[in-house]
Amino acid sequence: MSDRIHPIASLLAAVARGISGVQVQWAGCEPDERQRIYFANHSSHLDFVVLWSALPSEIRAKTHPIAAKDYWEATPVRRYLAQNVFHAVFLDRGTPSKTKDSEEAHFVGRHLIEELSDALGREHSLILFPEGTRGTGEKVGPFRSGLYHLALRRPDVELVPAYLENLNRILPKGEFLPVPMLSLLTFGKPLHIQQDEPKDAFLERAHEAVASLRRIGSA
Amino acid sequence: MIAAIHDPKFVWFYGGVLFLLLLSTFIGGILRSRHRTDASRTTIDNLNARVRAWWKMGAIFTAAVVMGPIGSLVLFGILSFLAMREYMTLVPTRRADHRTLFWSFFVIMPLQYYLIGIQWYALFAIMIPVLACIFIPPSIAIAGDTEHFLERASKIQFGIMVCVYSLSHAPALLLLKIPGFDGVDARLLLYLVVVDQMSDVLQYVWGKLIGKNKIAWRVSPSKTWEGLVGGVASATALGTALWWATPFTPVQSAAVSLMICLLGFAGSLTMSAIKRDIGIKDFGVVVEGRGGILDRIDSLCFAAPIFFHLIRYYFVPGQSLL
Repeated sequence: MSDRIHPIASLLAAVARGISGVQVQWAGCEPDERQRIYFANHSSHLDFVVLWSALPSEIRAKTHPIAAKDYWEATPVRRYLAQNVFHAVFLDRGTPSKTKDSEEAHFVGRHLIEELSDALGREHSLILFPEGTRGTGEKVGPFRSGLYHLALRRPDVELVPAYLENLNRILPKGEFLPVPMLSLLTFGKPLHIQQDEPKDAFLERAHEAVASLRRIGSA
Repeated sequence: MIAAIHDPKFVWFYGGVLFLLLLSTFIGGILRSRHRTDASRTTIDNLNARVRAWWKMGAIFTAAVVMGPIGSLVLFGILSFLAMREYMTLVPTRRADHRTLFWSFFVIMPLQYYLIGIQWYALFAIMIPVLACIFIPPSIAIAGDTEHFLERASKIQFGIMVCVYSLSHAPALLLLKIPGFDGVDARLLLYLVVVDQMSDVLQYVWGKLIGKNKIAWRVSPSKTWEGLVGGVASATALGTALWWATPFTPVQSAAVSLMICLLGFAGSLTMSAIKRDIGIKDFGVVVEGRGGILDRIDSLCFAAPIFFHLIRYYFVPGQSLL
């Protein structure tokens, strides 16, 4: 995986920051070059770029998005953006949930986690949206289990929750053109999986870690 | 408008403002380090926030003057953009408003400033109050969401009127052809902004010093009759003393300043009421850290268009009131 930031990526990051007027708050940790998985709520195409652009450039070069294969490989432009510009790790999100509980799904799921784990390697970080799809932005949807399996597989990697606010109004699902309102991004306290922690308990904890970072309407 | 730099009166005026800003930054810094109570800290923080916003506005203004009338248009356009961005963030819009909002930001707003640029006065005057206000409701309706329809349409209409239409009258001042005042009309813009902003802050300071009787406590707890009278009187006195920089006689300058002060008050009172209504606490956190441009220009929003028309009718030959 390349560690050089593509010029288009830098350009898009600058544009996304300008459009979203994002204010970044590191509430639970500081920017750090250690290996991390940033996981956040998902309501807009801008989510990844805004989160990524909030990281210092030396960290940015080693931080990659996880992109849903079915969506991001659907057109040449999307594929170019995901693969060449942002060096995304592709994830086949359809298979595991469709063939749930079957042996095959188990196998495929394990294979995917291995791929992600390989992508992390020794120095890379990932950005993951555990809801798996963009929501309306009103509340954080249920998390899929990928985060759990990844955490189990790589307990050495810090899991950093993040909350992106108001981006659903800036570029909602189904719209192509953005409205430049202001937004917030809050990074929370890193999470680690506990010994023998059940899957549901961990996912619930991770979900709460993201949802509790909400600032709008909470005061 | 490079001419403004070679205009000694403008340089004096501008230098005075710069000096005042430096002085208030300095005093603000000292006060901050020796505040005693929480209440005094809130007051000092409020004043310092104003000074910071003025530096930003001052920078925009300086760039505008250096770049000439086109620069002023672009930079007031940016100010409109920042203000409307804060406004639309605060106002709860719905998913169905998205495209209308896009049009407001990227078509209507630039068009309004473009019309000033090409000096098409007639269209500039009706662009937003007539055309945009007719465009907005059906363009929301077509998205099919009827929930709070009238509210949403009005909120967008009001936002674009205040942040774009009203504010655009400030740079439009530079296009007025006032006899004997050619090429030095940047002073007029500076006069409007200075009197308006001083009135705003002096009302606040007088209110803090001797304010007792609240005007509308539910709308704004910091606005008092004592503050209003004291602030308007002292800012009007300042405006009167600045008559040499304007095409006015001292008496005219007093009357115009008084008008700017009262309209400034009306503007910020209105904006306070809006904030209380929409519950600033919800999205206030987003706007707090981002300039607070809306808080500074709210007093300019009612003053600018009326100041513009007053000058246009009484000081530009060939205009009739009919």
